[in-house]
Amino acid sequence: MTGLAALLALLKGDAQADRVVPPSGFTARLTLFTAAAMAFLAVFALALSLAAGRLADNWSEALARSSTIRISAPAAQMDAQAAAVLEVLRTTPGVAEARMLSSDEQAALLEPWLGPGLPTDTLPVPRLIEVIETSDGYSSDGLRLRLSAEAPGAVLDDHTRWRKPLVEAAGRLRLLGWLSLILIFGVMGAMITLAAQAALAANAQVITVLRLVGARDAYIAGAFMRRFTRRAGVGAMIGTGAGMVAIAFLPASTSDSVLTGIGFQGAGWITPFLIPLLGAAVALFATRSAAFRSLRNLS
Amino acid sequence: MIELESVGYSYGRSTPLLSDLTVKLARGSFHFLTGPSGAGKTTFLKLCYLELTPTSGRVRIFGHSGSDLGRDHVALSRQKIGVVHQDCRFLDHLSLAENIALPLTVSNRPVPQNDLSDLMAWVGLTQQAGQRPPELSGGERQRAALARAVMTGPDVLLADEPTGNVDWEMSLRLLHLMVELNRMGKTVLIATHDMALIRASRQYVQARVLRLQGGRLTLAGADL
Repeated sequence: MTGLAALLALLKGDAQADRVVPPSGFTARLTLFTAAAMAFLAVFALALSLAAGRLADNWSEALARSSTIRISAPAAQMDAQAAAVLEVLRTTPGVAEARMLSSDEQAALLEPWLGPGLPTDTLPVPRLIEVIETSDGYSSDGLRLRLSAEAPGAVLDDHTRWRKPLVEAAGRLRLLGWLSLILIFGVMGAMITLAAQAALAANAQVITVLRLVGARDAYIAGAFMRRFTRRAGVGAMIGTGAGMVAIAFLPASTSDSVLTGIGFQGAGWITPFLIPLLGAAVALFATRSAAFRSLRNLS
Repeated sequence: MIELESVGYSYGRSTPLLSDLTVKLARGSFHFLTGPSGAGKTTFLKLCYLELTPTSGRVRIFGHSGSDLGRDHVALSRQKIGVVHQDCRFLDHLSLAENIALPLTVSNRPVPQNDLSDLMAWVGLTQQAGQRPPELSGGERQRAALARAVMTGPDVLLADEPTGNVDWEMSLRLLHLMVELNRMGKTVLIATHDMALIRASRQYVQARVLRLQGGRLTLAGADL
């Protein structure tokens, strides 16, 4: 039987077969609650992972395409060296745009440390030139060589030094998000396995009678699998719904921050709907494994 | 149908309960199994429907060695064997009618409601169709167990003290049912200590009587 056919058969169910297994109390509630709680957590882990991924991509893309040239020269040579640098950049392949930051922009950059109203014109503040690359990029080593020849006070900072750890951190955060999802579904599987084993042990007499009247293991296991898969699916739907509502009500922000960026964007809102399906699949395999193992041990 | 070849069985490390049993239940045969309490009649039946695995020897069922059969094949074989257990085990959360139809249900076969009603009427349980097993008396449970065992029209019927809790009139009715099944070509084995039932059967069927004593199987005859 193909996987799809098995899933359809599961959804269709077998009312008669399902009735031969008596209704179970606490295992049903445990499965429902576990699935709901884990799905709720899974929504957050998924949102965190997606947000970290977006952040890593943004940082990686934005920082990789921009760099800064700092000119530290005596005041008399500053304008000449700045002009020389701009000329070098104008003729450097891979440079899409280069512009000198204005005094106001430089004051804004220094404001967090030195306070507002900084007179940058009267202070020996280095000149900053922002460089935007083309998609092909430029040769950093080649540009450094040319700058050292044309403007000795110019230093190229291509952001590699601090871009790399940031992107790596964001990437690891994304990885942790996925790892959390795996752990969440692992815990869900373990809990449902325990619940299924408890249900099977509680129904040992029923299983013995079913075996004696000719029921195959697949028939008995199928009744338990359907029951636990449905419960886990319903629980995961409830948990996912609650998680999505909670995410939707998180404060929104346009800044590139992990905390304020947690959430789903655009088509990303579809991804949480996979959680109930995954939860049901985890329950299906966990119950199947527990059922066949228990059936072998019971008789 | 069912063959035991030098079969022995012991529970744990104790002295073997059954030793070197060789018997063949041929198609269409009718056997009684007698013996004192604790002689191993129930164990013998359990070996026949593969609930127990012999500690020595071999059980062959429908031409296959029981030890070679996988779990699914054992289940399929049991669909062709009707068993009346001494302790009459039922599913307490199902109605009596559902319990009687259970062998059909678990083999995914349709339950013919007319046949079910007829069978329940025959064993006198029509009024109890909707009741749960715990609400039934011992005799009603025994009749229900027999009805469940024959519901599928099995090739073999194994009954463990099927008349233990019923009155003489009902005992004869149950015996007639089993004789009728035998006339239809079914193999029947009844474990009982009710000698009167065995004697009564003589006018309806030619049955072999096996006696279990001291772990051995002998053919009983003149002393009955």
